[in-house]
Amino acid sequence: MTGRRHYGFWIAAAVAVALAATAALTLRNEYYFFAGYIVLQFVILASAWNILGGYCGYVNFGTGAFFGVGAYTAVLLIKSLEAPLPVQIAAAALVGGALGLGTGMLTLRLRGIFFSIATVAVAIILQTVVINWRYLGGATGVQILKPAPLAPFDNYVKMLFVIAVVLAVAAVAIARYIETSWLGRGLRAIRDNEEAAECTGVPTLKLKLIACAVSGALMSAAGAPLAMYQSFVEPASAFDLNYSVSALAMPIIGGTAHWIGPVIGAVLLGTVQQLVQVNISSEYNVMVVGVLLVVFVVGAPEGITGLAQKLWRRFGR
Amino acid sequence: MQGVLLGCFYAAVSIGLSVAFGLLDVPHIAHPAFVVLGSYGTWLVAGRYGWDPLVSGLALTPVFFVIGVLVYRFYYETFEKRGTDTGVRGLAFFFGVAFIIEVGLIIGFGVDQRLVDAPYIGKSLELGEELRVPMRMLVAFGTALALTVLLGLYLSRTFMGRAIKAVAQDEPALRLMGANPVRVKQWAFGIATAVAAVAGALLIIVGPVEPSMDRVYIGRTFCVVVLAGLGSMSGTLVAGLILGISESIVLTLLGASWAPAVSFGLLLLVLGVRPQGLFGR
Repeated sequence: MTGRRHYGFWIAAAVAVALAATAALTLRNEYYFFAGYIVLQFVILASAWNILGGYCGYVNFGTGAFFGVGAYTAVLLIKSLEAPLPVQIAAAALVGGALGLGTGMLTLRLRGIFFSIATVAVAIILQTVVINWRYLGGATGVQILKPAPLAPFDNYVKMLFVIAVVLAVAAVAIARYIETSWLGRGLRAIRDNEEAAECTGVPTLKLKLIACAVSGALMSAAGAPLAMYQSFVEPASAFDLNYSVSALAMPIIGGTAHWIGPVIGAVLLGTVQQLVQVNISSEYNVMVVGVLLVVFVVGAPEGITGLAQKLWRRFGR
Repeated sequence: MQGVLLGCFYAAVSIGLSVAFGLLDVPHIAHPAFVVLGSYGTWLVAGRYGWDPLVSGLALTPVFFVIGVLVYRFYYETFEKRGTDTGVRGLAFFFGVAFIIEVGLIIGFGVDQRLVDAPYIGKSLELGEELRVPMRMLVAFGTALALTVLLGLYLSRTFMGRAIKAVAQDEPALRLMGANPVRVKQWAFGIATAVAAVAGALLIIVGPVEPSMDRVYIGRTFCVVVLAGLGSMSGTLVAGLILGISESIVLTLLGASWAPAVSFGLLLLVLGVRPQGLFGR
């Protein structure tokens, strides 16, 4: 990895944030920010999922759990301390990281599928806890009042949009850092052959736990602004299985080997989902995700980036 | 008492998974979705021909057997043969299949609950003053017990059953002896799916069914299979009983809203303390 490519990435990231900020300050139509926020949220979730699922080969079915925990951490802080949004996001990341670490410690010694099932278990147990937690609104949910937007924004959704852009850039940068550093090499070694990796001195359990905690922290951070975005949170939507399916489908469709894969998958699938939801119905919207997931897993396991690489090799030269 | 009946029912729902995941090592998380599919199939057949739901479920088994064989064949060709079944892809595939079944059912039938009618549904057997046992639970209990015992006998007594166990123990050895492990596994997966049809009939006899029900049953079935020790039929029955009893205890102590967490909590406990299960290999 040369220094120039690092510069390129950071310049692109800065340009993205600057563009988003100017758009938020100048454009009028709120819908684009509303929809854009969802897509960005999926960029974060997909990148976070890929750290463990793509690099390391451990499938997390519980993205919804981490997301929901993030959202409810924010709710708890709003209700008890009226904490500002950055504090909510930071706290959510901490809780999510701890949750990831805990789940990992319990199951990462076992074969991959047990980890996957355990994440489903964590999702259902946490949802049950929240449903039975009166203070957080129980099964019916809780209403949150949106505070006035901070200057220079004239609208709260636009402000959240810019925050989501910053979070998404941070998530992608973290994923990219992990991919290119010693962490990523270790994780890939685990994915390809865990026993061989262990034998050659890769600290497999430690690496898996780090990946699990980082991935969980990012997912929960993505969930934290949900309370403000919807101004209403209920367990069924915060712990929605659709988050889990999407966070898994997007990296697989985009390609799991490179950090750009989840981004491509999230932007593509997120946009398609928004279009289908507006134009057809929300059931077909989730159907699209399921069908595309199976089609890609069977037909193009390397995802869009893998397909592009193949085409490049064949026709590019 | 409730717990025992419930437990046998859980064993019946899980036994197909016990074959598919426990013996064949296929990460079949779509199994509960197939069970729910079986319930809707039962509802359709029972509604159209006016048959008893149990008979309808049995009538569906050949169809499900074929579906199971096809699914395994597809899974084998696309993943196992290429050696990409471990880790992400096999799991993602079955997760996607489960999701497609669930959403397909929502699109086809709506999110409303469905139920069936039979002479024994709604009646209950009185055993003394306090103890009343709903007939529907007894029917489910009897069928579940019969199913588990029959499948256990099939696996230990018949030629094909023993072949399935052999493939679970040592696949290369079977290949060296001139048998075709893929065909054996295909057959076993077909049986596992056919059993899911009967389990689906039981599911809709026990209570109303809705498309998203498979989520809770992912926890229950995997809890039972892991607790049993992968692939043990008698263990499946015992583990089902343990889950059923602990769920009904929690139900009476804490209330119905905590019930879904029981199976998953138990599952996490087993994974953390004794991952090889009670009767593990």
